[in-house]
Amino acid sequence: MKQIKTISDLEDLRKCILKQKDPDKITIRTCLSTGCRAKKSIKVISALEDELNNQGLQEKVEIKKTGCHGFCEMGPIMVIEPANIFYRQVTSEDIADIVSETILKGNIVKRLLWKDAGTKEYTKTEKELPLYKKQKKHISYNSGKINPTDIEDYIAADGYSALYKALSAMTPAEIVEIVVASDLRGRGGGGFPTGLKWRICSAAPSDIKYIIANGDEGDPGAFMDRSLMEGDPHRIIEGMIIAAYAIGASQGFLYVREEYPIAIEHLSIAIQKAEEYGLLGNNIMGTGFDFNISINKGAGAFVCGEETALIISIEGKSGTPRSRPPYPAFEGLWGKPTIINNVETFGNITQIILKGADWYSNIGTTGSKGTKIFSLVGKVRNTGLVEVEMGTTLREIIFDIGGGIRKNRQFKAVQTGGPSGGCIPISKIDMPVDYDSLREAGAIMGSGGMIVMDETSCMVDIARYFLNFLLFESCGKCVPCREGLKQMHYILTNICEGKGEKGDIEALTELGHFMISTSLCGLGATAPNPVLSTLRYFHDEYVAHIYDKKCPAGVCKNLFEYMIDETLCNGCTLCKVKCPEKAISGEKKKPHRINTAKCIKCGICYNLCKRQAVIVI
Amino acid sequence: MNFEKIDHILKEHEYKHSAIISIMQDVQGIENYLPEDTLRYISEKLELNLTRIFDIATFYKTFSLTPRGRHTIRVCSGTACHLGGAVKNLEQIQRTINIQEGETTDDRMFSLETVNCLGACALAPVMVIDEDYYDAVNPGDIEKFLSPYCLEPEV
Repeated sequence: MKQIKTISDLEDLRKCILKQKDPDKITIRTCLSTGCRAKKSIKVISALEDELNNQGLQEKVEIKKTGCHGFCEMGPIMVIEPANIFYRQVTSEDIADIVSETILKGNIVKRLLWKDAGTKEYTKTEKELPLYKKQKKHISYNSGKINPTDIEDYIAADGYSALYKALSAMTPAEIVEIVVASDLRGRGGGGFPTGLKWRICSAAPSDIKYIIANGDEGDPGAFMDRSLMEGDPHRIIEGMIIAAYAIGASQGFLYVREEYPIAIEHLSIAIQKAEEYGLLGNNIMGTGFDFNISINKGAGAFVCGEETALIISIEGKSGTPRSRPPYPAFEGLWGKPTIINNVETFGNITQIILKGADWYSNIGTTGSKGTKIFSLVGKVRNTGLVEVEMGTTLREIIFDIGGGIRKNRQFKAVQTGGPSGGCIPISKIDMPVDYDSLREAGAIMGSGGMIVMDETSCMVDIARYFLNFLLFESCGKCVPCREGLKQMHYILTNICEGKGEKGDIEALTELGHFMISTSLCGLGATAPNPVLSTLRYFHDEYVAHIYDKKCPAGVCKNLFEYMIDETLCNGCTLCKVKCPEKAISGEKKKPHRINTAKCIKCGICYNLCKRQAVIVI
Repeated sequence: MNFEKIDHILKEHEYKHSAIISIMQDVQGIENYLPEDTLRYISEKLELNLTRIFDIATFYKTFSLTPRGRHTIRVCSGTACHLGGAVKNLEQIQRTINIQEGETTDDRMFSLETVNCLGACALAPVMVIDEDYYDAVNPGDIEKFLSPYCLEPEV
């Protein structure tokens, strides 16, 4: 083990690691993150290892087990370097061909290349993929490239250089000021200027201060923090150490959802390795600066993503928020000044230190600097993680990077900001994505979830979905949130069940505004957003539900029927065979019919029919 | 319940009151739920009020005060999964094994839960049985996915 005892040891170690690396060696980058693992990547990698051993290639080819590549839908992913060949949905059966053709002969296995569903063209390399081409990967650069459990891989990729610079050439005050000058805003949701938080905390008089990284990524539909923690854990840790040095903290906490076991595993290994190498713990790099980090696992409470609730949870209590002020920067964990930032915010720090505030603030828009990672999911063709410059338009993200809507359906809306956010309609598709534009449109940046919806998505149902989510997650401490959510949910459920009445829309609007102005914490104050934004842009759909008793999207069960379009049905019998209620009748090669009295609207036939003959009326 | 294991967990966390959530997570790891006598034992050993322990056990969704089945089915109800038809999948599971969300089958084979978001949104709709992930699930797949678990021999 190479312990870094003096500040110059790090550079010596980096040189030593780089010297041992052969840039021309064939390297297969495979993904071991949640998405690819779910698609059995462990089995595929083990088949690859066996095949390489059988062919005696284990010395010539390196398998690099990386974190998330961001194109999870296409997992398991393999990228073969130096040619940068991108293979997707690789199975154990494909391994023999990959080794015999690509590794030994340099040929492409065409069936494993990514194919554009629209143009039907194949893409050979990772860097040419539409999902990646328009991205600006500053924060997620290492994810998918390095082995997150190997600290030397991170060091070889310039890791801990920012810490080196901070400790060797900067005073704590200089670090705080460079973060202020960068105009970095918090990536967790609120968008508060990070530098100001640090400045306030640094000036707070106290011997003990704390650093907390918030990895309690609770917004449904967002997984960029998971990917960053799994794929590049040292970047977060390095950012935390720099923050600790800047404000004079000696203890840090990483609060991670327990639903993310791989993130917890990778962060634990990273902490242990950083300690072994002398980059974390006592006397960091021989400078006399001490800082330790421990991990706290969340226990399935969404509200703990709120900073005051998270702090109370670390103290070992039920995570209910408290009113602010005092802000955590004055009075946080155990009453001491505390910096609490999202993990992606910490992920931004290293590049600001290395490249300077001017470089950073040149990226993005006037009010929103830098890049942001979004999770682009839902009814879009290419789903995955997308890092773009702030100010990139929704159209560029959804259509250029995401490839448009699946099954050639129509774009209806994009939901950003999770349960605190809102739905943005087609009329705003050319809007730049930044903190202020999103807020103006009735949504928020949130942590970066971007859920694309098409004509089969019901906006009233989505509003009810988010309220239902929050109804269970509200801690119940303040009346507006506890009771307001219950009433709004009651009204929306009625509407979705066909029991909507005149006056419901007005009641929802009034309750929503009341909750915004009177709730104790951000959860309640933003909870009405999904309802108010859908009312603003999709008023017609509410009207259809309440007055016409119809759900145009075919989601709300009481408000639609499935029917078979007899002109499209070719009588393949598939729907009839699979119907659990035997509600479909018809002879082979003749149009079928659904008995609506028996139909339970499970949707099996709708999903199965290749001719899209099952329709919603 | 074997209190030796509990003592070991308490010691590992240095009997700290602030570590109570982690302690309870580790304890639940043993039997998949939190038996009342164990919570009483922890309360005594830590000299921590039992009401606070029950407050935590009922506040955080991860904790269960009742025994769970051999296999836990978790249906992701994140936004992407919801849009992809998670509700229809959930209803199909409920019809197949005849229990509601939050319940356990009479034979203690399956417990059914929903989870806010598993962070695997690109694979939506997602369902997890124990540690096995199933992606792009639709109601027609449910029976096929569940049946191998029913065939497993008793431990």
